[in-house]
Amino acid sequence: MIGLEHYLTVAAALFVIGIFGLFLNRKNVIILLMSIELMLLAVNINLVAFSSFLGDLVGQVFTLFVLTVAAAEAAIGLAILVCFFRNRGTIAVEDVNVMKG
Amino acid sequence: MIFKIILFAPLIGAIIAGFGWRVIGDKGAQWVTTGLLFLSALLSWVVFLQGAHQDDPVHILTWIQSGTLDTSWSIRVDRLTTTMLIVVTTVSALVHLYSMGYMAHDENFDDEKESYRPRFFAYLSLFTFAMLMLVTADNLAQMFFGWEGVGLASYLLIGFYFRKPSANAASIKAFVVNRVGDFGFALGIMALFFLTDSIQFDEVFAAAPELAETNLTFLWTEWNAANLIAFLLFVGAMGKSAQLFLHTWLPDAMEGPTPVSALIHAATMVTAGVFLVCRMSPLMEYAPEAMMFVTFLGASTAFFAATVGLVQNDIKRVIAYSTCSQLGYMFVAAGVGVYSVAMFHLLTHAFFKAMLFLGAGSVIHGMHHEQDMRNYGGLRKKMPMTFWAMLIGTLAITGVGIPLTGWIGFAGFASKDAVIESAFVGSQGGYAFWMLVVAALFTSFYSWRLMFLTFWGEPRGDKHTHEHAHESPNVMLIPLGVLAVGAVFAGAIWYGSFFGKTNEVVKFFGGKYGEPTQELVEAVAERSPKASELHYVMESGPGEAAIYIAPENTVLHEAHYVPTWVKLSPFVAMVLGLIVAYWFYIVNPSLPKRLAENQRPLYLFLLNKWYFDEIYDAIFVNPAKKLGGFLWKRGDGNVIDGSINGLAMGIIPFFTRLAGRAQSGYIFTYAFAMVIGIAVLVTWMSFTGGAE
Repeated sequence: MIGLEHYLTVAAALFVIGIFGLFLNRKNVIILLMSIELMLLAVNINLVAFSSFLGDLVGQVFTLFVLTVAAAEAAIGLAILVCFFRNRGTIAVEDVNVMKG
Repeated sequence: MIFKIILFAPLIGAIIAGFGWRVIGDKGAQWVTTGLLFLSALLSWVVFLQGAHQDDPVHILTWIQSGTLDTSWSIRVDRLTTTMLIVVTTVSALVHLYSMGYMAHDENFDDEKESYRPRFFAYLSLFTFAMLMLVTADNLAQMFFGWEGVGLASYLLIGFYFRKPSANAASIKAFVVNRVGDFGFALGIMALFFLTDSIQFDEVFAAAPELAETNLTFLWTEWNAANLIAFLLFVGAMGKSAQLFLHTWLPDAMEGPTPVSALIHAATMVTAGVFLVCRMSPLMEYAPEAMMFVTFLGASTAFFAATVGLVQNDIKRVIAYSTCSQLGYMFVAAGVGVYSVAMFHLLTHAFFKAMLFLGAGSVIHGMHHEQDMRNYGGLRKKMPMTFWAMLIGTLAITGVGIPLTGWIGFAGFASKDAVIESAFVGSQGGYAFWMLVVAALFTSFYSWRLMFLTFWGEPRGDKHTHEHAHESPNVMLIPLGVLAVGAVFAGAIWYGSFFGKTNEVVKFFGGKYGEPTQELVEAVAERSPKASELHYVMESGPGEAAIYIAPENTVLHEAHYVPTWVKLSPFVAMVLGLIVAYWFYIVNPSLPKRLAENQRPLYLFLLNKWYFDEIYDAIFVNPAKKLGGFLWKRGDGNVIDGSINGLAMGIIPFFTRLAGRAQSGYIFTYAFAMVIGIAVLVTWMSFTGGAE
């Protein structure tokens, strides 16, 4: 029987993979976006799992909202990325340090 | 009402002249202040001649009410007040008038562009108001207010030529030295309030016999309260009246315009100390040790200042030291317990010293601001009126009169002889008496030296200046004439009132006299057989009359019965001084120079004023300056500026650089920090129980 804890474990694993994807990756900004997507999905799994477990549909509704926002975010993120590539000619993460103090 | 007019006329004049001169103009300001002062002087004479005496003070307004301290601003009306009123307002009015001429042209200011005269007159009137506050006070707080007010006015007027560095230095010196005395005065007031719970004169005086029985712990040991308070108050008087050790400011104060010297540093402000001692006479009578100190210091000052006056070359400085010396006389009189004589000398001295100063001012004015007597000479014909005025002043200060009559003579004759005779009784023919007699000799010498150097002999110094030497305008000569009348007659007229029989004096000061006890009569007869006929002593209690003379204090009575040689001694000293001066400066003018060369160390010692300034520089001024420099360079510059600069330019940039290094600019570092942060937060929340 697959219980709630299994879902939560998968979600946590996905989330941690997403985090590591965020800050171990030095090469590609697209991977950053993908990692963020991964973390959002991990959260979604949590929401759906708790929704099912508690019998409350609000969690699933919320998941749909998160998916919508994630789609928008991905679109804007890619658009920024394109602009960034046009300006700098690269999308390597290591070169993005204009904010260095 | 009349007292309020006397008191406030100068203040109104000062305000109008000080703030309204743009409206009423230069001349208007001068006339308004002078006119109001003359009004004040006229009314003062009215109340003095009426012999006004009121048991209840004239209430002006309620001033301080705090706890048990309840002080109102009111005018105490008695003989001391009215005597001081005529002195202050008369001299002040005449000085105002005189200043119209003296300040007409002043090279220190640009006549076209600056308007300095209204300022001068406003200060003069302000000073007069403060001085009137002081002398009319009926409690110590009001007196202290006036005390500080005259100090302020003195500061402003000494530094009137604010472009001269020396004038600024002198005004600061006057202020600082007076602070030392004022500190003692303030301590005395606080001690009185501490012990009697009041600063009203009436209540303080009533408590005086009790104070004599009280002990007070102060500093390291216990003191008799009356003695301690009297001493502390006298320290205040020392500062204001330029007594030895706190005298150094007075000669330097001559940097101010000469009318100021005449008004403030000769006739009125510097006598405030004498007035204070006389005013506190009910307390002083119960403080014998403090009074001995007053006598001792007064006599020492009289002698010291007279010696220094012998060799000074600046005409104003000679008169300044003379003032210092005469103040010593007054303190001796007050110290031996004849307050009336102290007031007597104060009154006559105000006339002749103001006149000498105004005369000197007239000479300086006529000689284009030359002040060195070595550059004078032969001015008798050029300035006849000034010469006569100065001559009368000199005759008065040296005490010319018919010996043994007591009162037939110039003003100084009556009062100075009274002081010396009292000193003989008070000090049992000791230190104070001899110091005063020697000082009388020196007084005569330096006064005549001044006269001979200035008005006799050949013109010396700049020829051009001598050719243009001129008599002063009438506006300056009239005050001299009025003061001359006072300098001639003041002594003879009021001799009886201030230094007559005990009953006369007591009555004049508004007290009651009564019969002495048998033991007292016998004690006096035993002490001085000639004075055995003691008929009257003062019966009024402390504070009931203007001055208080304890029944046991029979100095006033005995002073009339001193041996003949004592009565003659000041006269002999005077003649001796005159002869020596005549010999030195008329008969054999080269002698002083040779004497100065022969006795060079002594001469330098006197010329440098006993090196008081140098000693004070070494002991107080330079260490204070060094301390100030240390605090400035090290304390302020290094510690405060250093720490602030170090913080702002060292430590904070260091930490910002550190923090800046944390800002890598890489998103993944920020993300990592966020995650770590959340992890820590969550862990912490979990372990501490979170929202529970």
